[in-house]
Amino acid sequence: MNGIMLTLTGVCALIAVSVLMFILGYLVWNGGRYLTWTFLTHLPAPVGETGGGMANAIVGSGKLLLIAALTGVPVGFMGGVYLSEFGGKTFPFMVRYTADLLNGVPSIVMGIFAFTVVVLPMGHFSALAGGMALGAMLIPIVVRSTEEFLRAVPLTLREGALALGANKWKTVATVVIPAGFQGIATGILLSLARVAGETAPLLFTSFNNQYWSSGFNQPTASLPYMIYIYAISPYDDWHRQAWAAGFILLALVLAANIGARLILSRGIRVARG
Amino acid sequence: MKKLALAGLMAVLTLGVLLVSKSPVSEANPAPAPDNALLINAAGATFPYPIYSKWFDEYHKMHPNVQINYQSIGSGGGIQQLHAGTVDFGASDMPLKDELLQKLNLNIVQFPTVLGAVMPTYNIPGVTAELKFTPEALAGIYLGKITKWNDPAITGPNPGVHFPANDIVVVHRSDGSGTTFVWTDYLSKISPEWKSRVGSNTSVNWPVGLGGKGNEGVAGIVKQQPNSIGYVELIYALQNHLPYGTVKNSSGNFIKANLQTVTAAAAAAAEEMQKDVRVSITDPPGRNAYPICSFTYLLIPKKIPDPQKGKAIKGFLEWMMTNGQGMVESLNYARLPKAVVAIEQRSLSQVQ
Amino acid sequence: MASTSVVLNSGTRPPSGGRVHAFLARLKRGDEIAHLITLIFAACIFALTAGLVFELWRNSALPRHQFGWHFLVTSVWDPVFDNYGAAPFIYGTIVTSALALFLAMPLGVGAAIFLAELAPKGVSNGLTFVIELLAAVPSVIFGVLGIFILVPIVRTDIEPFLHKTLGFLPLFQGPIYGVGFLAAGLVLTIMVVPFIISISREVLLAVPPEQREAALALGATKWESTWKVVVPYARTGIAGSIFLALARALGETMAVTMVIGNDPKISASLFAPGYSIAAVIANEFTEATGSLYRESLIELGLVLFVVTIIINALARLLVLTTTRRGTAHA
Repeated sequence: MNGIMLTLTGVCALIAVSVLMFILGYLVWNGGRYLTWTFLTHLPAPVGETGGGMANAIVGSGKLLLIAALTGVPVGFMGGVYLSEFGGKTFPFMVRYTADLLNGVPSIVMGIFAFTVVVLPMGHFSALAGGMALGAMLIPIVVRSTEEFLRAVPLTLREGALALGANKWKTVATVVIPAGFQGIATGILLSLARVAGETAPLLFTSFNNQYWSSGFNQPTASLPYMIYIYAISPYDDWHRQAWAAGFILLALVLAANIGARLILSRGIRVARG
Repeated sequence: MKKLALAGLMAVLTLGVLLVSKSPVSEANPAPAPDNALLINAAGATFPYPIYSKWFDEYHKMHPNVQINYQSIGSGGGIQQLHAGTVDFGASDMPLKDELLQKLNLNIVQFPTVLGAVMPTYNIPGVTAELKFTPEALAGIYLGKITKWNDPAITGPNPGVHFPANDIVVVHRSDGSGTTFVWTDYLSKISPEWKSRVGSNTSVNWPVGLGGKGNEGVAGIVKQQPNSIGYVELIYALQNHLPYGTVKNSSGNFIKANLQTVTAAAAAAAEEMQKDVRVSITDPPGRNAYPICSFTYLLIPKKIPDPQKGKAIKGFLEWMMTNGQGMVESLNYARLPKAVVAIEQRSLSQVQ
Repeated sequence: MASTSVVLNSGTRPPSGGRVHAFLARLKRGDEIAHLITLIFAACIFALTAGLVFELWRNSALPRHQFGWHFLVTSVWDPVFDNYGAAPFIYGTIVTSALALFLAMPLGVGAAIFLAELAPKGVSNGLTFVIELLAAVPSVIFGVLGIFILVPIVRTDIEPFLHKTLGFLPLFQGPIYGVGFLAAGLVLTIMVVPFIISISREVLLAVPPEQREAALALGATKWESTWKVVVPYARTGIAGSIFLALARALGETMAVTMVIGNDPKISASLFAPGYSIAAVIANEFTEATGSLYRESLIELGLVLFVVTIIINALARLLVLTTTRRGTAHA
């Protein structure tokens, strides 16, 4: 009994890990195969014709992330500073709890929200609307990670600064935030990685565009959206491109995750040593 | 360590900024857009998407400053987004009746662009023959009354074809679709039960089946799904090497969809179109007419607020009616009848 | 890093001269302003949530008035006659999520037990990291894998096998499509397992070691101490992780849309195609002609929002109580 059950738990872990390995392996093998220079540098070809690429979607995803970072990070960061440094008891608890709930809001609902508050008043789809939908999704993640890393800053540091006569806000700005900065930046990186792959909020906000979209006021192509419409299409060439795009997206997301982990674990080692 | 994290974050952001600032021009692109590029947004039907995509691409090559971004989200989407004002013009295979125009408060001109056919396409392992479908069989399958491929209603007109006893996987559209309108319009004409139970529209309450998004999605599912049947515009079946069947028309002949049979279907409607271009040409008279055809329309607002856009859109329309028509047959759509082009050229002046 | 360690904590407060004076002093130094600024940003989170609720509520007025509560139980979705009911979508959402939990629960908890209790620390950390990466894979990629890999396997192997062995149950009858509730449930299983594993593992690790030691000292085997002592101790937190997974499964859009079959029907068979709330919004939102149609979709969004919020709220409370208790003991 003992042995059987223990082995079974091991099998469970093995299954979970092997699923990931399979996904990774399959995407690298299948997506990497179809990754060409043309794919990275050309615009999509007219439907049904082979060739073309997703250059505009790669750039479009970058733009969306930029807007998301510009709108979501300041709010999330300052909110996190508040929770960790200035908060009392009840109100911060409510903020924290609401942030967690907001984090659980289905992404498609965020899309509806961005549609009604950005797209409809503006009168058209735009990169801005898509980026803001993603930005709204960033906020709760950044709030929580910022708070967590600021809390991890040792009390002695704050006390030291205060003892030297610094104000509270000066202490926070010059001692606490710099000390927790590495973690906070990592948290932001992770949150960006998470929203980079979101498709549902973009369906009716940033929409799509087969050309370059200039500025932030026009609809724009994005990698997740292109993967979606290419994958459900009947064209073999589009399927190949969907795999290649999936490979790029996954590579970026996983690189950010692994990078974040490396930064954090090294940081901890330094702190311990 | 701090620096590493900072550097990482900065790298991401700079990359973003770089990409953005670089975006309007790409060295790898054959026709880089000039700075004053005019982006016109349009959305709608997937039925004419292959030809529209080709047209807009060609037109952009000739007029590098005009970019028409067409997204094939379905005719229902074209109508809705035009109504919401999020696109400059829409496209639909279902001509909009006055009642709907009033309800949506739309003030538009509808331009037929090409003629196309919707045909039953299938994927039955072991069956390579071109199947013959009677209207009754198609209605029965889509009503969920005929559930097996070896049903007599299907095997009857196809002697010599060995059908498996498998369940039929019915595929329809999940989005609001003009192709669905054409298909259900046809089924409503030939089946009273369909007319009363389901009716015709861009989206309907399907009795059975899987939903695919767009003509692309339906063709995608049929290609993936053994024992399936779906309905798509001709070009989607041709481009994807999917077999498609002939359909029995009102004269009792099994007709294959092609340029001649589709043109024949429109012949009878020419007279009616003098009064109103918004016609239904499904189940037409004519010995050689393919029964499930349709014009597809561009929905152009009568008042285009941006004069530059207005000029570009009118320019495109003019080109589409003349030189543009020369390209449609390569994608297996039928040209507009000459008489219809003449009507449209007159109505062009209504667009300001 | 920690070089400044002067220990002096009095003297930072302003000399006592009444609260007003203290306040003014702090104001001068900018503390109150900093407090206020950060508070405003924190309040943005409330504003955002409130705005979300308000918009969903405001934009779904038509169907709420026209259909009332019947909206939730009517199973017709008919754009021709402008008649909308949410039942098939609610059903599809629940069935796929329930199926995902049914499969993910044993798998996830089992793996978490292995990682928390059995595996050496290094191995455990490594595997956990890999599993957490799985949680970072974008859902559209799961959808692509679903269409091209999972659905064909479901069609040619899994469903025929289930039909042959368990075909007497209505769950496993009917025509085989490949896409449908089962495929969607399987994709969701893969997507939510990492959540269950990583949170359950944390909760299990927070169980104080004395609990295990006591059980082992009483002669229990490793498995007995784990299953009868550690797991019960952590059960609230594990339940929390499962609720979180549930909320995630309910709201998942892209992967489900791509494999569920998009057919608004209530069928007993898991082989049948269905539809979920998130999927129908994704498919029909841009093309819903007419206000009632679009607002019905927004009301579906509202339903989804309310359900996930409630489940999330519960989950967070559960996780919170156990991890707190754990750390308090330790």
